[in-house]
Amino acid sequence: MRKILLLVVFCFLLVACAPAEPATLTVMTHDSFSISEDVVTAFEQANNVDVVFLASGDTGTMLNKAILAKDAPLADMMFGVDNTFLSRALEEDIFDAYQSPALSDVPAEFVLDSSFRALPVDYGDVCINYDKKYFAENNLAVPTSFEDLAKPEYNGLLVVENPATSSPGLAFMIATRAYFGDGFLEYWQSLKDNGVMVVDSWETAYYTNFSASSGQGPRPMVVSYASSPAAEVFFAAEPLTEAPTASIVAPGMCFRQIEFVGILKNGQNRDLAEKFMDFMLGKQFQEDMPLNMFVYPVNQSAQLPEVFTQHAQVASQPAAITYEDIAANRDAWTEAWTEVMK
Amino acid sequence: MSLLPTLAEKTRSFLSANSRILLWIPTLLFLFSFFFFPLFKILTLTFNLNTLTDLDNLLVARDSLLFTFYQAALSTLLTFALGLPAAILFSKFNFRGKSLLRALTAVPFMLPTVVVAAAFNSLFSYKVAGSMLQILDLQPATFNFLLILTAHTFYNTSIVIRIVGNAISRLDPKLEASARVLGADTFHVWKDVILPILRPSLLAAALLVFMFDFTSFGVILLLGGSQFATLEVEIYIRALQLPNLNLAALLSVIQLIFTLIFSILYSRTINQVSTQTTPRFSQARPPKSIRERVFVFTLYALLITFFALPLVSLPVRSLTRLEPDRGQRAEVQYGFTTDYYQELFINRRGSLFYVPPVQAALNSLGFAGITVILSLALGYPAAYALAKPTRLEKFLDPFLMLPLGASAVMMGLGFILSFGRLIASPFFIPIAHTLIALPFVIRTLQPALASIPERLRQAASTLGASPLRVWQTVDFPILSRATLSAATFAFTVSLGEFGATLLITRPEYPTIPIAISRFLSQPGGLNYGQAMAMATVLMLLTTLSILLIEKLRFNNAGEL
Repeated sequence: MRKILLLVVFCFLLVACAPAEPATLTVMTHDSFSISEDVVTAFEQANNVDVVFLASGDTGTMLNKAILAKDAPLADMMFGVDNTFLSRALEEDIFDAYQSPALSDVPAEFVLDSSFRALPVDYGDVCINYDKKYFAENNLAVPTSFEDLAKPEYNGLLVVENPATSSPGLAFMIATRAYFGDGFLEYWQSLKDNGVMVVDSWETAYYTNFSASSGQGPRPMVVSYASSPAAEVFFAAEPLTEAPTASIVAPGMCFRQIEFVGILKNGQNRDLAEKFMDFMLGKQFQEDMPLNMFVYPVNQSAQLPEVFTQHAQVASQPAAITYEDIAANRDAWTEAWTEVMK
Repeated sequence: MSLLPTLAEKTRSFLSANSRILLWIPTLLFLFSFFFFPLFKILTLTFNLNTLTDLDNLLVARDSLLFTFYQAALSTLLTFALGLPAAILFSKFNFRGKSLLRALTAVPFMLPTVVVAAAFNSLFSYKVAGSMLQILDLQPATFNFLLILTAHTFYNTSIVIRIVGNAISRLDPKLEASARVLGADTFHVWKDVILPILRPSLLAAALLVFMFDFTSFGVILLLGGSQFATLEVEIYIRALQLPNLNLAALLSVIQLIFTLIFSILYSRTINQVSTQTTPRFSQARPPKSIRERVFVFTLYALLITFFALPLVSLPVRSLTRLEPDRGQRAEVQYGFTTDYYQELFINRRGSLFYVPPVQAALNSLGFAGITVILSLALGYPAAYALAKPTRLEKFLDPFLMLPLGASAVMMGLGFILSFGRLIASPFFIPIAHTLIALPFVIRTLQPALASIPERLRQAASTLGASPLRVWQTVDFPILSRATLSAATFAFTVSLGEFGATLLITRPEYPTIPIAISRFLSQPGGLNYGQAMAMATVLMLLTTLSILLIEKLRFNNAGEL
């Protein structure tokens, strides 16, 4: 009660002292960004600011827009660059460094940029999801390695996304590169011979081609996220006790995507941007993210919702590859992959 | 000579000398600020002649250009194979359910690609498609290619029906009657009389269809995958995913050059043909002879199968529950449910990005309304000037079509460079839609304007009518049909969020297509069901709008 009273008094003071018009903080995001209204409102009221989120396409599109507009940025900060794109953002030097105090709750393994130009916010594992019912009905063992996927019993069962147009597609290809080294192209040739299907977006892969989705496609395996089974339960039309899908989280078969936030150079609201960055790493925001975006919080003190602890899996050994390696070779790998899969 | 005609003459000559330029000002101003300027900005930054010295770049350009031509030509042929008979059906015959069927053929044009893909998918399950593949011994790639062609036909048939059908119903039946009296048979009537008159509209339709297929993007990506790299798809990949903006710029320039070539060819041909026909009552009548009945029935069945079935499958799917009630091992149960619709109104997660369905519908309709007004306001003066082309018009004409051939991706980047933070303003959404709608609107109005008999105008002027009054009494009644057609085009382009909005960002004012793609971006039966429900809402909304416009059109025709 006292706290609320204090807050009210504080708010009044703020309103009394601050200029009548609240400032505007613009945050560029990818189209999949989502957060609860009350969480944002809490920040807005505490800081007398309007936070505007500028949905700017998929991650690649958003980043390229930011690079193109770096002299006169479209926003004050940008959320959503992941570790496959991070190096490009850093090379183009679009971010100002900020070492948020909130990083104290974030394990060092997530902080990839040692000069703090991009800070981690969330992570998620890109893994193969499979249709539990299909494998049970056909008495088929679930594959436990990349090599298994090229075996004849799994002919025509897998659908993947194109790494040139889809971020889970890129993540999965990078996982195979991490596992096979330069031999990954031969591996993809063997997948191609085994009837792998390549589509351009996660939506098409999951809803049009995956048999356990509501789209009831023909293929029982799809490249998606380890948290997707939890989303299937959370968004089920009828209450489910068990997820209809599960992830293959065998060592090396998942790629850990980490998403970052950064303050855009030449932006207008440096102070507010720093505050919002602290806020994004704080407990309230971090605990709100999982059900909105189906990702994991990087803040270790954040509690996970029950549907996550029960139905989502985490890869214990995600693909081992550095973001510098990805940076140096991503385009070349994708081009070579495209040649093979043509 | 009395005083009145002299005055009228003077007004006319004044109008023809000065207002020509005046007529062009709004349209040109619009195109310069929102098309040529952003395009210039992005191309000066990214286009580099050195790109031409890299053999790899040239190979990419050659391959994508060849494939673009190939698929666009095939798609256009298929679209005409279905669209021409359909245009004759709608303009020559009356039958039960005509306006509904007509509206149905126009619906796909407005639906976002994701929805069309979902519609096809919920109709024939991929398992059926799989066994078809085995029977026909087709490669999956061939199947995908056929899907692309089918989807292009599904999308664009309404263009042929609208443009060519409009022209057929404007035909003066006396022409055909005279030809027959002079001994011509059906073949010669068509070859020597009807086809020459229809030529401008046939060309206009063919050009638009070809352009859409030529710059096709969503359909190719969703149904074919990027192994079918058209220029537009390749531009998207090179500009945003595998960054090579120089190559993207080269490809955009190639695409623009070809668009310009088509436009020049088109405007040359259309300027050779100018036909004045008096407006008529609708000549549609019930089919009489057996041949006519067979024609009507066959085509009716064909169109229903092709258009109605996938479209009906959407609402069906939005009302079907197919999850097992409990546990996972049970067989999938199908059942009726309205859950998805109820869920649309609930913001379960308290998300900031929750889109209330009514609000989304209102936003979509609002933007579409503004687009109609804007594109008619800009299209009318230009179409007037083009109806009696001088050297100025002959030069300007082809440039009007260019926005159709510009890559949406590059335009989006150009907008960022030109307008910076302003692009977040909702103001830009109808502007982007108008850029795409304007060429349609002008092309629909121009033939109608050109067909107005000059002697009617002269007669009115002679009798002392002011230019406004001439327009009101002579031009407008003839134009009302074309205006409605043009308005429908503009409306539909906006409702389905065609191309150019791809890269326009908007934090507020989410529309229905945005809501659909939000639902489809996360797993779960409820998300999928809500996407289908929202798509059904979009479909109903568009069908209703078109039916309404058709009704207006019918009433107007009655007044003529």
